[in-house]
Amino acid sequence: MTTPTDLLATEPRAKRPTRRTSVTLTAGAVLTGLVALLALVSLLWLPYGPDDTSGGRLAGPGDGHLLGTDKLGRDLFTQLMTGSRIAFGAGLGSVAVAALIGVTLGVLAAFAQGWLDDTLSAFLDILIAFPTLLLAMLVVAARSATLGSAVLAIGLAQSAVVARLVRILVKRVLTQDYITAARTSGTSWPRTVAGHVLPNIWPTLVVNLALQFGLAVLAEAGLSYLGLGAPPPNASWGRMLQEAQATFTTAPAGALAPGVLLVLLVIGVNLIADGLRDVLDPAGRGRRS
Amino acid sequence: MTLLDVSGLTVRAAGGRALVTDLSFTVDSGERLGLIGESGSGKSLTTLAVLGLLPEGMTVTGSAVLAGTQVVGAPEKRLTALRGRDAAVVFQEPLTALDPLMRVGRQIAGPLARRTGLKGRALRDATYEALDRVRLPEPGRVARAFPHEISGGQRQRVALAAALACEPALLIADEPTTALDVSVQAEMLDLIDTLVREREMAVLFVSHDLAVVAKVTDRVLVMKDGRAVEEGAVRDIVGAPREAYTRDLVASARALESALDLRSAP
Ligand SMILES: Nc1ncnc2c1ncn2[C@@H]1O[C@H](COP(=O)(O)OP(=O)(O)O)[C@@H](O)[C@H]1O
Ligand SMILES: [Mg+2]
Repeated sequence: MTTPTDLLATEPRAKRPTRRTSVTLTAGAVLTGLVALLALVSLLWLPYGPDDTSGGRLAGPGDGHLLGTDKLGRDLFTQLMTGSRIAFGAGLGSVAVAALIGVTLGVLAAFAQGWLDDTLSAFLDILIAFPTLLLAMLVVAARSATLGSAVLAIGLAQSAVVARLVRILVKRVLTQDYITAARTSGTSWPRTVAGHVLPNIWPTLVVNLALQFGLAVLAEAGLSYLGLGAPPPNASWGRMLQEAQATFTTAPAGALAPGVLLVLLVIGVNLIADGLRDVLDPAGRGRRS
Repeated sequence: MTLLDVSGLTVRAAGGRALVTDLSFTVDSGERLGLIGESGSGKSLTTLAVLGLLPEGMTVTGSAVLAGTQVVGAPEKRLTALRGRDAAVVFQEPLTALDPLMRVGRQIAGPLARRTGLKGRALRDATYEALDRVRLPEPGRVARAFPHEISGGQRQRVALAAALACEPALLIADEPTTALDVSVQAEMLDLIDTLVREREMAVLFVSHDLAVVAKVTDRVLVMKDGRAVEEGAVRDIVGAPREAYTRDLVASARALESALDLRSAP
């Protein structure tokens, strides 16, 4: 935005550190984008059918199979592509569940007083202490081992973390002068929350949600590794890792490929989170306090 | 007609300590009352109590009737309706009183839209007009700026424009010049004075500075440790302060003035 000189205050202009930090953001976006591209292409085209076992068991890289085949003769690169789809589905789905439930509960908890506040806080603490794995097993037992169950379990576990963060952020924003100022001019609570509270917790929240995305991808891989994630023939990276475990010494590509992609995606979203943190923090907000 | 009638107002902290004690005063329609006292004497809490906006945990007893509505103990819904319409506030620190992430124009357009029901282009024009009325140059550019992109004096003009956008019957100004550079304080004071006179608005002007209060108001209430010490016409208080505390205030204001006179003498 251009500002005439007479409007330039003595304070430093906003967003000055953007240039330096956007390197982080760009690097993260490139890494994440590569995996996302793989996932998008997999929706339209795959080198082989997911069930196609014509490649011969544990073939090495090359010879029509970029990364070789698994122990059933299925193309590894094809599985990697469908796996990236599952990884994004798990990440986006879990974060959506966590954001929806977490923000709602967090805002309510921030406004709650007395015993209601105590009850909500205790409930969140218990949910956070509850192992995600145990929660996932319960959800799977109640439903079935599908990607949806995994997403629900991970999203629920993360919603407690998000809710607790949102509660603290909202409480802090509510003590700010500009909230009182908005209230003095007759802004109702719902409008104050929508217009002033949520926008002001958003920079911190979105960084946390990006981190939660990475954690959700890892959690889904873990659940699939244990057979609690997406069922066959959908190749989740976690299940690829599990299946390739036994033949790691003779055919390492089967385990290395999903492992490397998993790490790249998680590093990518963490870089995005880091970059966002710096870019979204307007001048002085951190320093002023 | 009495616009604000405060009587026996007592504000207690969460622990039970009285921060404002048995305070009573009235402001008539169009009248300008100054609230003066040293820092920590309970001025700001009094203004917040009048709007039912005390910090969480504080309790209030007594009575504060604003435009016929009893504020103490009133439900939130009724308070939301009277805030802005019956009284609006300009705070001491414009940097923190404006939403850091919202463009300045929207912060004025919000209350403006609520009062007038304007939308779209008409609302934008009214917002520019509001900025123009507080003598901000290039309203279009200021409207698109974020609070940290304009100077302190300009921010306080924006805050004043936002309060005036409500067309309140009573403007509460809580040390509106204290946080400003000395060079723009007088200008700001003039602006407030002119605008409220034009609108025949009632004013509750809070300050720790007698000279500042004297410029804008006709009558002052002196506070100390949460209690009213003395009340009267500005001229009487300055000319013949009855209470020791008021005499101190007047004396220190005089001392400052004469020091300035000596300096500016050739
Ligand atoms: N949120 C709060 N919690 C507890 N005490 C407070 C709070 N806000 C103000 N006080 C106390 O109330 C008294 C009056 O404060 P205030 O009305 O802000 O004074 P003034 O505006 O006259 O400087 C002070 O002693 C201050 O410490
Ligand atoms: Mg004060």
